[in-house]
Amino acid sequence: MSDAVPNEVLNLENIACPNNFVRTKLKLEEMETGQTLEVILDDGEPIRNVPRAVKEEGHEILKAEKIDNKWKILIKKI
Amino acid sequence: MKLTDAQIERYSRQLILPNIGGKGQEKILNAKVLVIGAGGLGSPASLYLASAGVGKIGIVDSDKVEVNNLQRQIVHSTSTVGKPKVDSAKERLNAINPEIEIVPFNLRLTSANIMDIIKDYDIVVDGSDNFPTRFLVNDACVLAKKPLSHGGIFRFDGQAITILPGESACYRCLFPEPPPPGLVPSCQEAGILGVVAGIIGTIQANEVLKYILKTGDLLTGRLLVFNALDSSFRQVKVPKDPNCPVCGKNPTVTELIDYEQFCQVKPRSAAGGSDG
Repeated sequence: MSDAVPNEVLNLENIACPNNFVRTKLKLEEMETGQTLEVILDDGEPIRNVPRAVKEEGHEILKAEKIDNKWKILIKKI
Repeated sequence: MKLTDAQIERYSRQLILPNIGGKGQEKILNAKVLVIGAGGLGSPASLYLASAGVGKIGIVDSDKVEVNNLQRQIVHSTSTVGKPKVDSAKERLNAINPEIEIVPFNLRLTSANIMDIIKDYDIVVDGSDNFPTRFLVNDACVLAKKPLSHGGIFRFDGQAITILPGESACYRCLFPEPPPPGLVPSCQEAGILGVVAGIIGTIQANEVLKYILKTGDLLTGRLLVFNALDSSFRQVKVPKDPNCPVCGKNPTVTELIDYEQFCQVKPRSAAGGSDG
């Protein structure tokens, strides 16, 4: 796990499920294996659903931290 | 090609699927599918293909919408009765999905025009209701090496098979020649339950999507047989026939044949006999 700057950032505040996951998935498709994507998610359903769905697609969640009432998660594309 | 925000919104529920995603959706948007017949099978097939975002859908039909079609031909409406079926279908399909191209062919397929029409498409859906067209479409697809989804319905029964010319059995491997005129009653005489058309036409749309996406296993080399009364699906293996008149080793059908439109020339007395 590194604190290096992520390769891509996606702000999905106020984007409801499942569209936040759809956008995360489409962004990951464009990226290279091994690259990292930082995603900002709302608390509640989004943070419960998106990381799980990302893992189901085979990617890795490197970090998930709560900042106020938002979440910042770091995904590694596998 | 990058999906627009509107496309992401429209197709989000299939973009989520592992086998589709953005790359799969691009394949669907770039696909060209020819649907033969805007009837019982062509209706559900074209509705689902248009909804999924197939970029270009050609529709062939020479008939006009009649009230008695509406029980099963769900792409049409009471308000389009009297219009050419291809125009009625185009109206409805573009109402669902305005971003795709619907190409209407208001004509009857013959040996003279079919090759020119199918050449622009990736795959053909046969939703025709008569043997002359079914054999013509099969032969044309085999000769042009064009993938074909066959569907057939009769009363409470339906069947479907996918044909990859040269690789899997074709329609003539199953039925080498059309039945003699008058032997098999047409749908008009025998009747058909609307949902049977819906189920088989939907299976055809599914086959097309799998072909476009190169995912799953196509219904090749096996005939799927559905019966609505006992809600059963059976599969019958259909090997490629080395003696098939069109795709066998020594084909006898080397050019297209316009079989007699025997449904229409059949004497009325015969029609009234067993099924009237």
